[in-house]
Amino acid sequence: MSTLAPDTHDTAPGGPAAPRRDLAQLGLAAVLAVVGALTVYDATTLGTGFADPVGPRVFPYVIGTGMVVLAVLLAVAALRGDVPEAEGGEDVDLTSDTDWLTVAKLVAVLLFTIATVDVLGWAISGAVLFAGSAWSLGSRTLLRDVLVGAVLAVASWYAFYVGLGIPLAPGILDGIL
Amino acid sequence: MDSFDLLWGGLSAAVTPENLMYAAIGVLLGTFVGVLPGIGPAMAVALLLPVTYGLEATSSFIMFAGIYYGGMYGGSTTSILLNTPGESASVMTALEGNKMAKRGRAAQALATAAIGSFIAGTIGTLLVAFFAPALASVAVDIGAPSYFAIMVLALVMTATVIGASVIRGLVALFVGLTIGLVGLDLNTGQPRLSFGVAQLNDRLDIVVVAVGIFALGEALWVAAHLRRTPLQVVPVGRPWMGRADVRRSVGPWLRGTAYGFPFGAIPAGGAEIPTFLSYVTEKRLARGKGGEEFGEGAIEGVAGPEAANNASAAGMFVPMLALGIPVTATASVMLAALQGYGITPGPQLMTEQSDLVWTLLASLLIGNFLLLVLNLPLAPMWAKLLRIPRPQLYAGILFFACLGAYATNLDPFDVGLLLVFGLLGLAMRRFGLPVLPLILGVILGPLMETKLREALTISDGDASALVSEPLAVVVYVVIALALLARVLRRRPAAPTHPEETDRRDEELVNR
Repeated sequence: MSTLAPDTHDTAPGGPAAPRRDLAQLGLAAVLAVVGALTVYDATTLGTGFADPVGPRVFPYVIGTGMVVLAVLLAVAALRGDVPEAEGGEDVDLTSDTDWLTVAKLVAVLLFTIATVDVLGWAISGAVLFAGSAWSLGSRTLLRDVLVGAVLAVASWYAFYVGLGIPLAPGILDGIL
Repeated sequence: MDSFDLLWGGLSAAVTPENLMYAAIGVLLGTFVGVLPGIGPAMAVALLLPVTYGLEATSSFIMFAGIYYGGMYGGSTTSILLNTPGESASVMTALEGNKMAKRGRAAQALATAAIGSFIAGTIGTLLVAFFAPALASVAVDIGAPSYFAIMVLALVMTATVIGASVIRGLVALFVGLTIGLVGLDLNTGQPRLSFGVAQLNDRLDIVVVAVGIFALGEALWVAAHLRRTPLQVVPVGRPWMGRADVRRSVGPWLRGTAYGFPFGAIPAGGAEIPTFLSYVTEKRLARGKGGEEFGEGAIEGVAGPEAANNASAAGMFVPMLALGIPVTATASVMLAALQGYGITPGPQLMTEQSDLVWTLLASLLIGNFLLLVLNLPLAPMWAKLLRIPRPQLYAGILFFACLGAYATNLDPFDVGLLLVFGLLGLAMRRFGLPVLPLILGVILGPLMETKLREALTISDGDASALVSEPLAVVVYVVIALALLARVLRRRPAAPTHPEETDRRDEELVNR
């Protein structure tokens, strides 16, 4: 959704400095084309079934081909100056440059969670996840974030274990929790 | 009146102290999550899905109903107090609601939104109770070809007619269809697009996909463009309405309900069009008598669209329960939850799981009622949530998104998938790809394939079988007409940019 800026009657979201052409879309088109081609290739490896005139291949063929066609159309549109309307939001400021560093930090925090949740357990990984994300997003109250994260993680561990009967990984805290 | 006996039965089954407690928890959780900026009802339901994992079906649906209506209500609170609609259906509410709040009438705006939602939700749910069984009893006889056609209709409508850009709608749809392919082929059991990864064989969990695209995608997108300046929150007192406000709101509530329900119930739904229509209607009707207030915070402009929004939210249960076809992102997530309980959606649902369906409908009524009772007094507390510092807020969203993904199978692999879909969600926001066609593609793709293969197996591969039923032919004609209208009009219908149209409108009026 586009942001409703009440006082500044600005034009399209993306700000006044929106580029005439958005060539990054060519990258998107390339990815879509590869996915489409891969889908079609994957379908060729399937065997056909019995008494099934459609078979498992038709849908992937159609979807993969459609994807490649759309990729081409998108690339043409991008070259002809079709600019996407980036999505606005309440905490989104589209006039600023994209802050890839913050995104990279968050991805790193998530990767850390994925790698450690079985070993360290949810209580620890979850706490790190919260504190690390808050820090990545610009919070400078690290001690408080760690405390909040620890409370959230331990509480959710108990809530799932006791309340719902789902044992989240206890990890190295096995026996302590 | 048979439906109402059954509904009464459902009500008596739903009103146990335990179930009422689940409904109350659902309403509070739903409102809590819904009020948080950036989270709409679909995301609220997806994020909170794991909370219901350990519960039996009835209790969990009761909680869902609460979460669903709570999430919707939360959205109107942010629209009014922050001028930031969390989802497209709340745009109209924000338009007048925030102006009212700025003029010191936040309490009245919140009250008319809450009461309007209650009235629309109640009428809507009663209409669902009336229409869904009737439609289901007809739908049992619908053959695979017509089913296939109806699903094509739902996809074509969401991908091309509703969005701003046809090509981006279609791209989103095809990405969704591709995601839907992953996993074992339903007939032959061969893995498709799983690249030898065992976890990919049993299809991607819709909850992980939805939470990844909605919650994580949103969090990453916000991270990339975080607004560094604080937002202005309008202070609010306890919601109440004067007699004049009530008198001005009643008409818009009922008209909004009348607009919203049909749009929710047809398999091409969405709440954008009815909320827009309701807004325009109220504006027209108000002309002459206090109409100059429009654009400055007219209560009719909050009451009507809010009612339309909730009525369409109720209407979406008709195709979901009667046909097993979700028409909104929220419906998709709820349908996925149904399937998690081993319940096959479709026309048989109303007869085979009759108790469950009626309890669900009854709990919608209860959730709606509790929402009004609990939330009107709590509004000042919810408004405080808008002041949570953004780093902690989005860290919390990431935390709960990962918790939900991890808890589905207790496998870190799912958190990895979540991250992948989060990055996809980020890219979609960057490239202006709409989310709804993707989610519907994921859900409806496999269903469509099943029906297509069913239809063509019966005819032994003869493609003319697809138009062998009159209903299918009618649906294809409707699709063709809709596409034709879209091409003829060139510009998308106003609802995608209602604010711009309105601004033009305003300018004309001012001149």
